[in-house]
Amino acid sequence: HLATSLPLPSGRDHLRPRIDLIVFMIDIKSKYSLKNVEASLAHVDASFFLGKVCFLVTGVGRVNACSIETSAVCKLGEAYCSPMLFCELELEGIRVATAQRLHRMLQICAGHIPGVSALSFVSLMRSSDDD
Amino acid sequence: ENVDPQKTAFLLRKAWTLYSVTPLYRFHRARLRDYARLLSAFIAAEKQKGLAVEVGVELDIKVAVSSLADLRGSEQDQAAVLVQLSLRSRASSRNSEDKLVWLGWFCSVYGDDLSENVPEDFTCLPLFLTHGAESYTSMVGSWFQKTFDCCFRRLAISPLNLSWMVAMWAGCKLDRAASAVELDFSVPHLSQPLDISYAIHPEDAKALWDTVQKMPGEITQEEVDVFMDCLYAHFHRHFKIHLSAAKLVKVSTAVASAHCDGIVKILHSQYLPGVLMLLTELAISQIQ
Repeated sequence: HLATSLPLPSGRDHLRPRIDLIVFMIDIKSKYSLKNVEASLAHVDASFFLGKVCFLVTGVGRVNACSIETSAVCKLGEAYCSPMLFCELELEGIRVATAQRLHRMLQICAGHIPGVSALSFVSLMRSSDDD
Repeated sequence: ENVDPQKTAFLLRKAWTLYSVTPLYRFHRARLRDYARLLSAFIAAEKQKGLAVEVGVELDIKVAVSSLADLRGSEQDQAAVLVQLSLRSRASSRNSEDKLVWLGWFCSVYGDDLSENVPEDFTCLPLFLTHGAESYTSMVGSWFQKTFDCCFRRLAISPLNLSWMVAMWAGCKLDRAASAVELDFSVPHLSQPLDISYAIHPEDAKALWDTVQKMPGEITQEEVDVFMDCLYAHFHRHFKIHLSAAKLVKVSTAVASAHCDGIVKILHSQYLPGVLMLLTELAISQIQ
């Protein structure tokens, strides 16, 4: 399910399936996308931040087109205790790899991988980031 | 820092294309005349090969390489090096002046970050500015690359850096009436590309910057963000367009203008060192 911002329209709440993972996409070329994500985060229930939220930063291949400081984006990930993935959608290889990563994360968050919970997975990602 | 405005007047009001240059190996300031001769021979040879653009009249390219002692920031900086290419038509009389066709200069203004960490035998002049035909730029560049084992790269300026420039320059104090502060945006992903030009009265822009900046002489990323957000919010209020989603492509102020493709025009001699310092920093970060 794709949405340009949160909250989702309440009219369809009863038709919506359970949400297992929220991926916030930030385009490094658009400051507006960062502001939009920051505003949308306020509408997310705190329980999601236990491993069911991740940030996807796109457009990182073009360093010369960036409108957002990487440190500002990383601070956001730290503030919300959620992993930050960086990718370049224009390159097919990276696009496919990123999709596979997200799919894997979704499987974990939906509980399809026995022995790994969303929370344990995110703390695993965080400790490897600190290294 | 006390640069004689007379000597640097030729740098103003010209559109300079920017490059970053890695340190030059075994560049000797005493040999500038030799370098001019060698470069001249190289260009003549390239023309023989048919690589240059000139057709018709047989033309001589005269090369002059000189040092600009005043153009530097700190004592650690190397003085700037200027390369001038002039056309001497065989048909002209002895008294006619040579026509300047291409200018290029290497400089470093407070480039200590780079020069501190470089071994001996290397000369750090990370910023290269050119004005003139691309064919000459590529010939001069090739000669320098071959002779001093350095590497040239076009210096692109990101929207983030352009915002810094417009915030800094809009805040500069100017004694004369200044021209408008202008920001040019391009909107991507449309069937017909849209260009937006946002002009702000220079006094309004300076007044805004003065309320944002906390410590005179110091600028933080937060202050630049607040400044830009105010401009974007004002535009959105009137036109319902989010400029923050568009690509900032060019900024112009009375002090200087800069384009994301790495083209800069410096308009005010008082702020020449400041602008060069910023550009040197950008060049160094592209090299490292």
